[in-house]
Amino acid sequence: MTAPAPAARQTAPVGREGTAILVKGSTRTRRNVLFDTAFSMVLFVATLVGVVALAMLLWSIYDRGWDRLAADPVAFLQNFASRRPTRAGIRAALWGSIWLMGLVALFAVPIGVGAALYLEEFAPRRRLTTIVETNISNLAGVPSVVYGILGLGVFVQFLDLGETIIAGALTLAVMSLPVIIIAGREAIRAVPQSVRLGAYGLGATKWQVARTLVLPAAMPGTLTGTILALSRALGETAPLLVVGAKVSIFNTPSSVDSEFSALPMIIFDWTQRPQREWAYAAAAAIIVLLAVLLAMNAVAIFLRNRYSTRW
Amino acid sequence: MSAAPALPDLTRRPRRAERVVVGVLFACAAVSVGVTIAIIAVLLFETLDFFRDVDVFSFLTGTKWRLLGDREGDYGVLPLLGGTAMIGVGALVVGLPLGLATAIYLAEYARPRVRAVLKPTLELLAGIPTVVIGFFALNVITPTILRPLFGDDRVFIFNAASGAIAVGLMVLPLIASISEDAIRAVPQSLREASYGLGASKRVTALRVVVPAALSGIAASVLLALSRAVGETMAVTIATGNTPRLTVNYFESIQTLTAHIANTVTGEAAAGTTRYQSLFAVGATLFVITLGMNMVSNAIVRRFRQEYQ
Repeated sequence: MTAPAPAARQTAPVGREGTAILVKGSTRTRRNVLFDTAFSMVLFVATLVGVVALAMLLWSIYDRGWDRLAADPVAFLQNFASRRPTRAGIRAALWGSIWLMGLVALFAVPIGVGAALYLEEFAPRRRLTTIVETNISNLAGVPSVVYGILGLGVFVQFLDLGETIIAGALTLAVMSLPVIIIAGREAIRAVPQSVRLGAYGLGATKWQVARTLVLPAAMPGTLTGTILALSRALGETAPLLVVGAKVSIFNTPSSVDSEFSALPMIIFDWTQRPQREWAYAAAAAIIVLLAVLLAMNAVAIFLRNRYSTRW
Repeated sequence: MSAAPALPDLTRRPRRAERVVVGVLFACAAVSVGVTIAIIAVLLFETLDFFRDVDVFSFLTGTKWRLLGDREGDYGVLPLLGGTAMIGVGALVVGLPLGLATAIYLAEYARPRVRAVLKPTLELLAGIPTVVIGFFALNVITPTILRPLFGDDRVFIFNAASGAIAVGLMVLPLIASISEDAIRAVPQSLREASYGLGASKRVTALRVVVPAALSGIAASVLLALSRAVGETMAVTIATGNTPRLTVNYFESIQTLTAHIANTVTGEAAAGTTRYQSLFAVGATLFVITLGMNMVSNAIVRRFRQEYQ
């Protein structure tokens, strides 16, 4: 995968043989013109494959789940799990997911924004800072299931929180942290230097500048990135599976040390059951999950458009 | 990045409260280092315990993964690695040509209005939760695409192909978006020089632009591969749970990640070898994906320096 030096690459097509290589396939013979057209069409069709796959996916879920959901949406949202697929509802899972989102935001957002602010505004340019930065970008690439193992080892076992909603939320928060930090840093970096310099000129201290100018200006961007990170966490299953989220529980969370379920958990469980009716129930739950995700993304886009400052 | 270099120091001594604040912010940034240490500590701790019962060499080279009781059985990781490799390779076979073609189309061919529709659509595909993609693989890809094409008797309900296609669809937007950025970063002068020599758009795209963006494309491929290797839910749902060394994509397999998912949903009691195997497998997964990400990051960093 090592790329050749740029200079060599740029001259390669017109290398030793002169321009011949480059022009080959370019003379406007009928055959080459045909190739040109065919090529652009192949690209277009290939691009459409992703779009068609998405359409098929959404259709297949609508097709299986809509009737199940629309038959009695209130019961579907209000009922707890059941042995019978036609009576099973998502109440515990929905409330579990709502609790998780709230707790994840509570833990991950302040720490994420704080870290972003430190790295952009306060961190001295030295080795330690570089290490922290590299570390964050590496953490962003760690598979979610490994975060689950971290949660199992640290929160569930070592801190002895058990298979509780707080353990699940902390696990998801740790997973979301790198994404939030990266989004926050980009937003902070977009605040022009002149804003800071103006404030320094008036005698403001670094923290005053950061708190009263940089942070508010970077807020829309940070918020957008944060919502996207939270929506990713909402759809995540693997870490919750590892830290012991439940499928069949019959109460909604009442405190942070309740046992808990979550939307993706019951989707996973129902998908794996062989009867057709469970697939319908799973599809109905997927519709609810996608609706929540879509709403979150819409809010993110709205915030980005409404509050983004042009300098 | 922070204060301007020529700024006079107006505050003779930073106020105490301000130093506290900076300390708190530093602590926030330090949390990320703590997370890394915790991941490594957890994996190392339990994995070392695991290797008290299972020989390291037989773990790494064993061709049988067959857990009998809490402690007995064969713990050879190769079938799981093989399953993971099948998903990784299969996902790239699906995702790389499509993703790269999409990137070239969006960057070089698409009119702005077409692009304004296609790009958010692909982002939508990237945002679909993996468990939903797994649902799609099991309920659509296998029964309505693979089985009619290749025959019910050849394609098992749980098979590697459906998982690989599903993961391929997941990494497609990733490859497309990073590669598109790389292609867009190629200076316009290169294209103009190529046109000046009489090259057509196709020849310019294939022989000038794509080679010049190759490092960025390579980085996207590595990132996609690491994502495919670490992907859990779609693979667990679609490929079944049969650890075996095979190259038959229509058979059921088990990946590293699916083994983890399977162990935690099963009845393995803490402290048993069966239970600890999930940490050993997790450590294997962590090392593989970390390696890929680091190489990918290194490539991206070099690539950035080239054109800015």
